[in-house]
Amino acid sequence: MKQNIIDIAYLVSGIMFIYGLKRLQSPATARKGNQLAALGMFVAVVATLFLQEILTPIHMLMGAVIGAGIGAYLAKKVEMTGMPELVAAFNGFGGIASALVAGAEIARFMAPNAHITGGEHLEAVSAITISLSILIGMITFTGSFVAFGKLSERISGNPMSFPGMRLLTILFVLGSVGSMIWMAMESSVFPEVSDPVVYGAIFIAVAGALLGILLVIPIGGADMPVVVALLNSYSGIAAAATGFVLNNTALIISGALVGASGLILTNIMCVAMNRSLFNVLVGGFGGDSGGATGGGVSTEGMTVNSTTADDVAILLSYANKVIFIPGYGMAVAQAQHAVRELAEELIKKDVQVKFAIHPVAGRMPGHMNVLLAEANVPYDQLFEMDEINGEFETTDVAVVIGANDVVNPAARHDKSSPIYGMPILNADQAGTSIVLKRSMRPGYAGIDNELFYNSNNQMLFGDAKESIQAVINEVKQL
Amino acid sequence: MLTNLIIFILASIIGSEVISKVPATLHTPLMSGSNAISGITIVGAMVVAGMVGDDWAKWIGFAAVIVATINVIGGFMVTDRMLQMFKKKD
Repeated sequence: MKQNIIDIAYLVSGIMFIYGLKRLQSPATARKGNQLAALGMFVAVVATLFLQEILTPIHMLMGAVIGAGIGAYLAKKVEMTGMPELVAAFNGFGGIASALVAGAEIARFMAPNAHITGGEHLEAVSAITISLSILIGMITFTGSFVAFGKLSERISGNPMSFPGMRLLTILFVLGSVGSMIWMAMESSVFPEVSDPVVYGAIFIAVAGALLGILLVIPIGGADMPVVVALLNSYSGIAAAATGFVLNNTALIISGALVGASGLILTNIMCVAMNRSLFNVLVGGFGGDSGGATGGGVSTEGMTVNSTTADDVAILLSYANKVIFIPGYGMAVAQAQHAVRELAEELIKKDVQVKFAIHPVAGRMPGHMNVLLAEANVPYDQLFEMDEINGEFETTDVAVVIGANDVVNPAARHDKSSPIYGMPILNADQAGTSIVLKRSMRPGYAGIDNELFYNSNNQMLFGDAKESIQAVINEVKQL
Repeated sequence: MLTNLIIFILASIIGSEVISKVPATLHTPLMSGSNAISGITIVGAMVVAGMVGDDWAKWIGFAAVIVATINVIGGFMVTDRMLQMFKKKD
């Protein structure tokens, strides 16, 4: 009877997760959706806590209180620019939690009271789901923390590799599969003979931890958004695998939802860069130090037009239509509030203002939108690439703020460019393009940008926030 | 096992259908929110660790409850923080 009530509670929470996610289809209902999902989680936890025969509820509650405190602190403290790191870290926690639960399940079999807490004997299939749960969980854990390190610049964003790295990776994968088979074969005598299963699980945990590191270090900083999305998917799959281990529908449903979500985002990011997931994973594309020049048309000897805040102010004030193209540089300079103010000033002067957001602008999917939302830019001024790309031809001024590769026309025609084939925002088709940039240093992918050398392009050098502020002051005086 | 697999596949399909319609502007909250949902492992941690007399299972489960709760509470809170910033033009 009790088990039935628990199962129904899990069904209810699963439904709440699905409808919660569905409400994320519109910014107007999204907040309610997230709250509905949170309520779904509450239902699942309460049902488990009160209905499952839990011997140590105080213990469990203490753990939950500690975790809630840490989680709340992190959620309150994080800057919107640091959101990619935080999501990467949370992914990692999700992964390790799944691995730990699978590990605890092994310990449960070995406990003297195994006969009352569940099955007494480990089936071969369960041995495999346990090991998968540990493996995926650990890969997610260490992989996410390497991504966290790269995103927060605690470790270098450059792709790292060493001789024999790929061979080592393959060996760990094979070793893990071998352990899995061994555990499945020895599962019939477990827990009476516990060594094979216990040591197999420990080996898989260590191999998974090392694999997570080996899989993420060779990936360049520019590709971190894809990796974070992929690890998001892994954390879901790890939770679902744990659900298989425990025969728990709540975990299976939620894990599947998250796994699907992460995969969809991964795919969107790959399409937006015109690269396959395989290419991203083995790529080693882009670091954070610039340096590498992407071949192709030499820009040496070509000159750029430099402009001043006064001229930009005049150009913008008398334009009919202006499109802003923000990139990660805007976030670094904390210029989003100044940009919003400039947009408001222009709207007062009857200029039509839009924002064009490239899918891979920023360091995670949708990063720019969050930063602009924080700066109070209404979301109906933000447009996706496909919606707005046809409008540049009828736009007087395109203002590029801290974006680089996503407006590089080389992507269209220069077959030797590393970003060839990537869909870009057509800033070069606007009447005039203005690029705000600190210096002529190449972007995140380390490639020179043809746009800068166009005759109708003007560079406004300097700190983005100060530059915009100067433009605002001039606009106000006009 | 087969029942579980059926549930998994159906949930994946529903997830794909629902999530592919989420606009790009909400992709960051989608990630952090779905991340919080993957913290459902907290339920698994409670089931395993809460029921067992074995000390190992208890402590491993205790650790799992902590990290899963970080995920759940942190994920939902930070998503809420982001979503309350998304406003239409007044």
